[in-house]
Amino acid sequence: MGLLSDPNRRRALIGMLTRLNAPICMICYMAGVAWFMGLAFEPFTLRTYMSENAMGSTMVEERFPAGERALATGREFAAHKKKTGGMPVDWLVRTMQARGLEVYTQRFSRKLPFPDEDKERYMVKGTNVYGILRAPRAPRTEALVLSAPCSPGNENNQAVGILLGLAQYFRSQIYWAKDIIFLVNEHDLIGMQAWLEGYHHTNTTGMDWSPLQGRGGSIQAALSLELSSDVVTSLDLVLEGLNGQLPNLDLANLFYAFCQKIGVLCTTQGKLPRNDWDTTSGYSHAVQTMMLMVLKQASSRPWGDHGLFLRYHIEAASIKGVNSFRPYKTDATTVGRLLEGMYRKLNNLLERLHQSYFFYLMPSLTRFVSIGYYMPAFGLLALILLLRALDLWVQLSSPPTRTTEDACPPLCPLSAPQPASPGVLSILTPLVISHLTGVALYTLPVLSQELAVEHFPVSETEAVVLTAIAIYTAGLALPHNTHRLLAGEGTEQGWKVLKLVAVLYLAVLLGCTALINFSLVFPERGLLVGVNDPGLTLLFAVFFFQELQETPVTLQEGWMLYLSVISQGILDHALYGSLLYPLAALLVYPCWLLFWNILFWK
Amino acid sequence: CARAPMYDFQEELVIRPLHSGDIYASFQFRTVWDADFMGDQKVSHYRLFPKSLGQVITKFSVRELHISFTQGYWRTMQWGQPYLPSPPGAELWVWFQDTVTDVDGTWKELTNVLSGIFCASLNFIDSTNTVQPSASFKPLGIGNVTDHSFLRYATLPREIVCTENLTPWKKLLPCGSKAGLSVLLKSEKLFHSTFHSQAVHVRPVCQDPQCRTTSMELRQTLNVVFDLHTSGQGKREWSLFKMFSRTLTEACPLASSSKVYVDVTDNPQVRPFELSPATPLLTQAVVLGDRRTYSVYDLTQQASFGSSRSLNMLLRWKAADGEMLRPLLHSERYVAGYGLQAGEIHTLIYNHHPYRAFPVLLLSAVPWYLRLYIHTLTVSSKGKDNRPSYIHYQPSKDRERPHLLEMLLQLPPNSVTEVTVEFERALLKWTEYTPDPNHGFYVGSSVISALVPSVVAMDTNSTLDRPLFSSFFPCKEEASYFMRVYTEPLLVNLPTPDFSMPYNVICLTCTVVAVGYGSLYNLLTRTFQVDEPSPGLAKRIANVIRRFRGVPLL
Repeated sequence: MGLLSDPNRRRALIGMLTRLNAPICMICYMAGVAWFMGLAFEPFTLRTYMSENAMGSTMVEERFPAGERALATGREFAAHKKKTGGMPVDWLVRTMQARGLEVYTQRFSRKLPFPDEDKERYMVKGTNVYGILRAPRAPRTEALVLSAPCSPGNENNQAVGILLGLAQYFRSQIYWAKDIIFLVNEHDLIGMQAWLEGYHHTNTTGMDWSPLQGRGGSIQAALSLELSSDVVTSLDLVLEGLNGQLPNLDLANLFYAFCQKIGVLCTTQGKLPRNDWDTTSGYSHAVQTMMLMVLKQASSRPWGDHGLFLRYHIEAASIKGVNSFRPYKTDATTVGRLLEGMYRKLNNLLERLHQSYFFYLMPSLTRFVSIGYYMPAFGLLALILLLRALDLWVQLSSPPTRTTEDACPPLCPLSAPQPASPGVLSILTPLVISHLTGVALYTLPVLSQELAVEHFPVSETEAVVLTAIAIYTAGLALPHNTHRLLAGEGTEQGWKVLKLVAVLYLAVLLGCTALINFSLVFPERGLLVGVNDPGLTLLFAVFFFQELQETPVTLQEGWMLYLSVISQGILDHALYGSLLYPLAALLVYPCWLLFWNILFWK
Repeated sequence: CARAPMYDFQEELVIRPLHSGDIYASFQFRTVWDADFMGDQKVSHYRLFPKSLGQVITKFSVRELHISFTQGYWRTMQWGQPYLPSPPGAELWVWFQDTVTDVDGTWKELTNVLSGIFCASLNFIDSTNTVQPSASFKPLGIGNVTDHSFLRYATLPREIVCTENLTPWKKLLPCGSKAGLSVLLKSEKLFHSTFHSQAVHVRPVCQDPQCRTTSMELRQTLNVVFDLHTSGQGKREWSLFKMFSRTLTEACPLASSSKVYVDVTDNPQVRPFELSPATPLLTQAVVLGDRRTYSVYDLTQQASFGSSRSLNMLLRWKAADGEMLRPLLHSERYVAGYGLQAGEIHTLIYNHHPYRAFPVLLLSAVPWYLRLYIHTLTVSSKGKDNRPSYIHYQPSKDRERPHLLEMLLQLPPNSVTEVTVEFERALLKWTEYTPDPNHGFYVGSSVISALVPSVVAMDTNSTLDRPLFSSFFPCKEEASYFMRVYTEPLLVNLPTPDFSMPYNVICLTCTVVAVGYGSLYNLLTRTFQVDEPSPGLAKRIANVIRRFRGVPLL
């Protein structure tokens, strides 16, 4: 400020910033990207460590013996599931009761806004079954949750088997201090959503559910188990939840610690931690892992049944059993012992998990990048926008006064520019129009599906997706027509004002998004380049994601995937309250339309 | 002194096999002392009555004292009704005599003294968790006191009960843990259970039927539930030895009566379990509205011990039996909502009676840091609004006193009544947080007091072994009975600062002050003036020479 209050030096500084604007922006951009890519480089990252004392120093023994019996229970469950053609509610209730749990059920039903073709469901009706192991001499104030989904087909039977086996073993132990809730949820996330809403007696998405009869107080942590084979080669930890929320890093540390102790291979994003960071392949492995995490987080959807717990401030993660072609296999007893160990340590918690990080990226399961390290990368990118805005601001305010420089007092260049009446009007109209297009993009696809189905030979889902794409594309045509209506059409001044507003808009938008879901900033960053539109960015992200997962797709498949991603995005918003779709339709798209407008101004 | 004070001591153990396969053991030790504490005569000679308690009662002019320490939550739906209900943690309620002038001061001193006697953190009872219920806690002894300004009630839901509380409690017994039933009270077994509750009740009772003089009664109770799976190895078979790792060999020599009761109500007809050694003594009583049959072992009779000179009852189930009778009244409470700003407390009260409505008194004391929005209070049964016929609400004062809400509700038959009230979580001052703030803050149990229609009176069609003329009007022996149900305590998370933050905050604040405020102040106070363009070199040299010469500058 001292610098700025001196008019000479201020003029010099501004002069330099405007003169060197383009190079500085280039440098910032390069530095931002380099910084971000450097995050995956091992010497720049920190090793994960257990922060929570209650889980660190207390030793527990794992003695779960009954893996085989658990698998047998799993097979029995599968048989009953097949017989009833869905959730075997009665059998589960009886089995849990026989294991000494307090058993309750919850019915729920949900009509999707349009049929989900990926999972083939529209009118969803189901039942959740859960059993509560009441901790001895505890007053029902704290609970832990272990859940396994009741999936269609032959999946996750082993998970339910291990859940019931653990329930039986846990029941005969005296050391529990928190109630443990064993939950088998039907229709994966929809069931989980119903159960969580029932447990907390909220209704955010308009689902019908019957109230819960039994509770265990405030839930401290939850794990969701997915296991579809009798033996596994590795266990994969899934952390990304709704809206890019992550559980406390200590939960990942706990999982890693027990994998090490018991000797189970463990991965995150399906990638093993590697030690050869100094080789190119080692580095690109870390980059892939981190980019997968970024993309998954950016998608804002829950990547496992645990994802919905995070909204209620319950630390949760999914553990998925992977059975690949590696020779070394882990049996169900070992998986059970791993879970037993984790629950015993969670049981020892005196406070909620809060010691470790909530905002982080993981280039491997053993390394993490905390918010303090990745935010500068974003800061450098946001700086470009501010520099551009400053440049435009100076350009807007100085040219008319430059000829009369001597007459102007020194404070003049920074005082507000003469309100150019055509300028203000000319930016108001595109702003309003692009936002209206955004609103149309947000509301029309779901509203107009019936109309579309009537007139075109498409299914409801296709109707929604294609309507969205149609509105999106129609939006592209708008700027050619809108500005002709305006008085300040085509003036240099108006163009600059619009660009200034658009740049500031984008800066604010990016800033806010970075605080909510950091990973979303990077796809949005595509907008910086100007012509890169959100639709293309999404398409690119789809292909990139498949590439990272080492399952490359052809153009045709990629397109189909792209369509299903759009429909899933809309469904995630309607079913679980994911924020990506409204954010994209109501804010990012209009913002980008402004840039599109600028491109075709003259 | 007119006559020597009379003492009487009784001990009793009730064992109730529960339908879940667990077993419930309830000890009661009763000492009656025919001495008038309330009179002005000084009592100094104690025999069976514990001196430490007696002195406290005299000094603080206590009329009635009820204190309980509980570890665990009584599971009404699985276990039915307890003989003596108590909330998790510690509960203390005291009626003072109307001669006490400074009730709050006396209460403060009393809690500190009791804290020492029972080795518990009762000294944490202060004005922020003490309430004066207007209707829920009436005196249990004689005396018709209605002015509730002499009543104080407080709970500490977080109190952990362990051996250090059991030892002082046992010391109050005349036989200590040396003889009689109290030899069974070994902490390694008592705390290897699913529920443990110990209590002390002191109250005045009538000395004779005309009630001309009063006696002081001290009841010490201990309730414990052993779990089928953890203590019983999953086998439906219980014995005294399995429960307490001790057997009974004698009665307490000081006791006038020493009995063990085993609840065999379901046994005669269905015979789900067998009891050995069998006893010829049976007694019937209406307990909690239900007619129960008990096998009685009189420990004062040598025959009870048999040839082995020790009594070790064995209960063996023959088959896992079916459904138990659902308790007529039970309740549930939880916090709804998410986020750290607002929330909602839901209290559900179930009336399982098929055709009778009955009134209940609901008392909830909520700490001040949950700011109740009392205008959002709703009470509904069967989807309809249910207006309480009596509401006593005392708003909280920050850091001074809790919210107190008492309501008289009518529960329609076979219904769930839901009481909801919204609250906002207060932001505490940073020294007010506990050492473990992320654990959450406790809200003590709500108390539901009710006169429940008795099960005995429920079967209007039963003419079982009763003459017809005695059973026309449903109003029979104990048509309804008093019952108290405690809800779960709540654990609520308050907005908690990151306590490693102060350093960062100090750095940030200093930076903001230095950079932001400093330069703004600078800008505001500096006077701006147009600067002369700097003079040329020749002029400057000329000015230097002029200064030397002492003439005005150019």
